[in-house]
Amino acid sequence: MFTAFLIKYAEIGIKGKNRYLFEDALVHQIKFALKKCEGSFLIHKSQGRIYVESQGEFDYDETVAHLKRVFGISGICPVVYEEDEGFEKLCDRVVRYVAEVYPDRNKTFKVHARRARKDYPKESMEINAQVGEAVLNAYPEMSVDVHEPEILLNIEIREKIYIYSETIPGPGGMPVGTGGKAMLLLSGGIDSPVAGYMIAKRGVKIDAVYFHAPPYTSDRAKQKVVDLARVVSAYAGPVWLHVVNFTDIQLYIYDKCPHEELTVIMRRYMMRIAEQIAKETGCLGLVTGESIGQVASQTMHSLIVTNEVCELPVYRPLIGFDKMEIVEVSGKIGAFETSILPYEDCCTIFVAKHPVTKPNVNVIRRHEHNLDEKIDELVRTALETKELIVVE
Amino acid sequence: MEVYLDNSATTRVFPEVAELMTKIMCVDYGNPSSLHRKGIQAERYLRYGMETFARILKVNEKEIYFTSGGTESDNMALTGCALANSRKGNHLITTQVEHPAVLNTMRHLESLGYRVTYLPVDAHGSISLDDLQRAMTANTILVSIMHTNNEIGTLQPIAEAGALVKRMNPYTLFHVDAVQGFGKDRIYPKKMGIDLLSASGHKIHGPKGIGLLYIGDGVKIQPILHGGGQQKNMRSGTDNVPGVAGFAKAAELLYDHYEEDRKRMYQCKSYFMDGVRKIDGIRINGLLPDRSDGTGTAPHIVSVSVRGVRSEVLLHALEEDGIYVSAGSACAARKPQPSATLKAIGIEKELLDSTIRFSFSVYTTKEELDYTLRAMYDKIPMLRKYTRRR
Repeated sequence: MFTAFLIKYAEIGIKGKNRYLFEDALVHQIKFALKKCEGSFLIHKSQGRIYVESQGEFDYDETVAHLKRVFGISGICPVVYEEDEGFEKLCDRVVRYVAEVYPDRNKTFKVHARRARKDYPKESMEINAQVGEAVLNAYPEMSVDVHEPEILLNIEIREKIYIYSETIPGPGGMPVGTGGKAMLLLSGGIDSPVAGYMIAKRGVKIDAVYFHAPPYTSDRAKQKVVDLARVVSAYAGPVWLHVVNFTDIQLYIYDKCPHEELTVIMRRYMMRIAEQIAKETGCLGLVTGESIGQVASQTMHSLIVTNEVCELPVYRPLIGFDKMEIVEVSGKIGAFETSILPYEDCCTIFVAKHPVTKPNVNVIRRHEHNLDEKIDELVRTALETKELIVVE
Repeated sequence: MEVYLDNSATTRVFPEVAELMTKIMCVDYGNPSSLHRKGIQAERYLRYGMETFARILKVNEKEIYFTSGGTESDNMALTGCALANSRKGNHLITTQVEHPAVLNTMRHLESLGYRVTYLPVDAHGSISLDDLQRAMTANTILVSIMHTNNEIGTLQPIAEAGALVKRMNPYTLFHVDAVQGFGKDRIYPKKMGIDLLSASGHKIHGPKGIGLLYIGDGVKIQPILHGGGQQKNMRSGTDNVPGVAGFAKAAELLYDHYEEDRKRMYQCKSYFMDGVRKIDGIRINGLLPDRSDGTGTAPHIVSVSVRGVRSEVLLHALEEDGIYVSAGSACAARKPQPSATLKAIGIEKELLDSTIRFSFSVYTTKEELDYTLRAMYDKIPMLRKYTRRR
């Protein structure tokens, strides 16, 4: 029965003179999200609102599911819209609407009419009163409560008549593309896709880098990362995934540096390489799934050591999250099932039994000099041979 | 160079098989259940399939049934037998080293109230006939033993076990999972006391999605798939005509050259094992103690444990050179838990995760094996150098 959706947005409503940019980005993102849905839709801005109108057949549940993934949307109101065929017909339609949407009508309600078209023969207050009366006559079990109604019946008089009362919560945030672009270090674990999701939620476009270590990690592990990038792309739009072969760098560090420091030094090179690609591709920051104290390389001491090699800001949206909280979001965005597939990633293959948890920056820098002979060459080769996969 | 040594996972289809199947799919695509000429034409291929397998197994063609593969054949044999014979008893016997298609079906039957005995194996993977004899009771309705172990290639004493079962209790049915053994060995159900036998198409250069179950005349089992009543009501579902014909063609081609192929495969196996033995810290699993050339076990399977190297890493390292092998068995490789077979033969814990399976086919050549050995000599010392330090 619903034929359209009224899209409510919260934060972008207060962006002053830039507002149209945010709205246009939201319209663009909605169009992108609905491309994969059955049916065709007309999406338009009108007087501070965005409407999604179906053109013929469409799948209601699928459409709502896709809209719920568009950042910037705070609420989705399913709308019935009809031609204006006079006030009596309007009353009939509202009465019918109540029957269709509310099987249990033992509820309080209020009618809230708005006239965008000022030549409509009745004023808003009149409409409220007369439609309310029609509803009361049809359903004596209902009663009016103008302060805290259980059902708020919205009627908008535009070219056509719009009726809606329910709001499905959207994901919030800001439209992707309004906040620049960031480079996500995507590992194949639970945390990094969630981190990407959270930064995308603030309107940031996401590219990603994955460190591949054949033969120690398999093509299935790589496919898993592509699948996780696809989960992120369902929210963030197309993700450019850069796959870097890290094996030689890793083995060289293994040869030259103390074993307990392998992971932290490896992380420094991952950050350096990620930053290099980020700068080349116009990203304004790096994103990681780190959370304080989760593993040895994520203590505050280790974070100082890995952080200092980058100039770009490193965004760590999960920094204060517990594992269970991360798992919850991971499940909600549909990444968890993929994240827990048992393929080894390059961070764990050579991990020491007791890696340093409180590395000293000066010591690490000194030990990194052991790599001076070949490391620049290896990094250059890794960058030159990286593979780009566009995931959407 | 591409060297495919994972033939126990699946095999390359013979070109003659693909050709025949293409013709059936594009020209003779009728449904054997149809009354018209197109249906009768298709039925001929089913007849060809039944005749071929009846000839190879030396059984009656009425005893051949086609399924979707080894797993369905095993399910049908075990579940179908348990359901049909529950009034005679509720005890079943199998081994600890069966393929998951048998092991997990047995576990399912346990959940339905049946009692199952899992026979242990010795260090080479063989069951003991004494254990089998002790396990048999008046309540035993089925004994299921695999012909060839899919992970280490052990051959079980099928004929002896069959004779024993029939001597102990003529009403006990004997099922043999011959998915790895069919095509590599001559198997004659009637001479070996076998009542039910499973085999699969894609392990013998035939297509995937087709298997057979031999059901001896007079053997009582219940169908597990119900529907249009095809295959004398035993296995409903539109007949997989191209699958049946392709499977039969592959079996025919294999058994046409059986002697020389088998001899050559054993030569390959022995040659390869000699090469592998030159590497320090390796162990070849499942060999009989007095038959170090590999005879007495399957001609196509060599299971090697490489100390200090994780099997998955070695697998991917060989893959870089175009060599395809399996870590443990293909079915177990994607699961984190170690294989039941390797555990049952009592292999050291340290080697459980360091075991690679090489499996040959009629296409395998000495050049390929040399290439593989060279890659192993090259890579194993490297891989041993870079390991997780404990």
